[in-house]
Amino acid sequence: MTENSVPVLSVQNLRVSFDTQDGTVHAVDGVSFDAYAGETICIVGESGSGKSVMASSIMRLNNSSTATTEGRILVKGLDVLSASEEEVRGIRGSEVAMIFQDPMSALNPYFTVGKQIAEAYVVHHPGASKHEIHDVVLAMMIKVGIPSPEKRIDEYPHQFSGGMRQRIVIAIALINNPKILIADEPTTALDVTVQAQILDLMMSLQKEFGMTIILITHDLGVVAEVAQDVIVMYAGHIVEQSHVDALFHAPTHPYSWGLLGSVASYGDNKRGGLLTISGSPPSLISLPVGCSFHPRCAHSKGEGSVCMTDSPSLRSVGSDGSRSACHLADDVLVSVGRRGFRS
Amino acid sequence: MFLFVVRRLFFAVVLLLAVSVFTYLLFALLPTDPAALTCGIHCKPETVLANRIRLGYDKPVLEQYWQFLRGIFVGRDYGLGQTAFSCPAPSLGYSFNQHACVTSLIGETFPVTAFLAIGAFILWMIIGIGVGAIAALNKGKWQDRFATGFAAVGVSLPTFYIGLLVLFSVVIWFQILPFPSYESPLDNFSAFITAMILPWLVLAVLSAASYTRLTRNGMLEAMNEDFVRLGVAKGLRLRVILLRYVMRQALIPIVTIAGLDFAGLLGGAIITESVFSLPGMGRMSIRAVVDSDLPVLVGTTMVAAVFIVAANVIVDIAYGFLDPRVRVSS
Repeated sequence: MTENSVPVLSVQNLRVSFDTQDGTVHAVDGVSFDAYAGETICIVGESGSGKSVMASSIMRLNNSSTATTEGRILVKGLDVLSASEEEVRGIRGSEVAMIFQDPMSALNPYFTVGKQIAEAYVVHHPGASKHEIHDVVLAMMIKVGIPSPEKRIDEYPHQFSGGMRQRIVIAIALINNPKILIADEPTTALDVTVQAQILDLMMSLQKEFGMTIILITHDLGVVAEVAQDVIVMYAGHIVEQSHVDALFHAPTHPYSWGLLGSVASYGDNKRGGLLTISGSPPSLISLPVGCSFHPRCAHSKGEGSVCMTDSPSLRSVGSDGSRSACHLADDVLVSVGRRGFRS
Repeated sequence: MFLFVVRRLFFAVVLLLAVSVFTYLLFALLPTDPAALTCGIHCKPETVLANRIRLGYDKPVLEQYWQFLRGIFVGRDYGLGQTAFSCPAPSLGYSFNQHACVTSLIGETFPVTAFLAIGAFILWMIIGIGVGAIAALNKGKWQDRFATGFAAVGVSLPTFYIGLLVLFSVVIWFQILPFPSYESPLDNFSAFITAMILPWLVLAVLSAASYTRLTRNGMLEAMNEDFVRLGVAKGLRLRVILLRYVMRQALIPIVTIAGLDFAGLLGGAIITESVFSLPGMGRMSIRAVVDSDLPVLVGTTMVAAVFIVAANVIVDIAYGFLDPRVRVSS
């Protein structure tokens, strides 16, 4: 992380809420972080912790009629949230691109893949000639590893396998050489063998294009593999932001411990199966008072303590730049004694 | 694709043959004697017998059917000597009530039905898809509520009620238009429009209701698709996304139903034609039912069946063009 340079993406106090019949859902509640050129940030957390909503906000993809978004998201100095539709459109696909979870549904079934890749290029290169477009699309298809692209350029999405479709989605995302790539669980819907290929592809293309990747994932194995920085989200808040090594060796939030503890690994049976985090995520309509994790937290100090009364803010803990939103972060660090979590 | 079309056409012909068999069975199964219907109650038995022989009703049913089928392709001659006459191909029989070949009767009435159907169809597609699209783009707002209400009312109101209501209020009460009296557009275009405008509107507005619903729901469903989100994420303009992504998907069920609805209408808009006294095929066939004019009934049924079957084939082929997934797998 180059601390002195200007971040390519700066999310400042982002709040996203949805009005539903049951009440207002606070999907993202005061999230701030910066991303710098060329780094990979992983965002982890349970389903419903606000990861995807947060990611969609960066391109302002949330439905404006139901979602209320506050805060600032700066991309290349432009505040995405207050910019005009035309300004945001100029950023979408050219500065910031996105890869969706399910490649089966992410491609338009009515047009050839070639047309869909070309479409993404043409919208930001209005004067491009047919010949140029064809060459660019073909080159991109080769880059993402589509065999015999001259033939496949005129085929429809349903003629491709899941992994190949995800390659097409990546081709669409990277055709304009974006600064930021948001990948929302890009491998979750794929076969395990294909998952590794797609991740490798993304990482090698990141080296080539020098973009920042924001990767949303459930898979801590993936995090260990690719991330520099990790953001752990819980109930719409960032509860921990750490360098990947710090997170795996000395997590600073009890929820991060729980997440790491619930990773299955070969030979776990001696310990008596998987560890789970007891309880279930809170309702985003009425969060618990105080720390929203306290009902599930083994370290919570109980009735009348700070855990029950005050919502903890994200602050620096330790010496390796970790940030934690736990009142007890320092105690917790002491009690773990900074021995490696995995040891 | 070519094989698919050939196979589809072959089955269409088989289907039409089956329809012709069942329709023609009317002659054999109905208790009425078609020959007796050729002249009034005071008819002499000799005349009935002569007519029976002249029209071929003395032959076995199977042979009658064969004559009918043959007539479609080569035309048909009735009687001998001085009283002989013929209905040239494609002959659908001879109406002894109206003393005319069924084909020429259909030739007179079909244009009226076709003009009604085409005009109403264009209007209802514009209204239905337009209102549906406005509703989808303003989901939850007053435009949407209005459109949903319009669809609910339009679907549940019967044509004869609205038709009579409009006729009564516009023509009799407010006297904005004269009582509709059909004229060919070639003879008197303004009279043609004057006569057609009310039936067009009534038919269009009532049929548009279900298209409004289809368009609205289809578009809203499409807007939730991942590929539409990817379109937005590409930086495409809203207009492009709506046309190439959202409408493209919403249009598929609409095309299917529109094809069948239009074909059904070409077979005769019985109620609308009756309410607005349009001399179309629908009114002719309902009159044929009342008068037991069996040849006309068989003829109009066959024509309607041809349109329905043809529409099915066209819709199937159109499907292949609209959805590449259907094209390749067939």
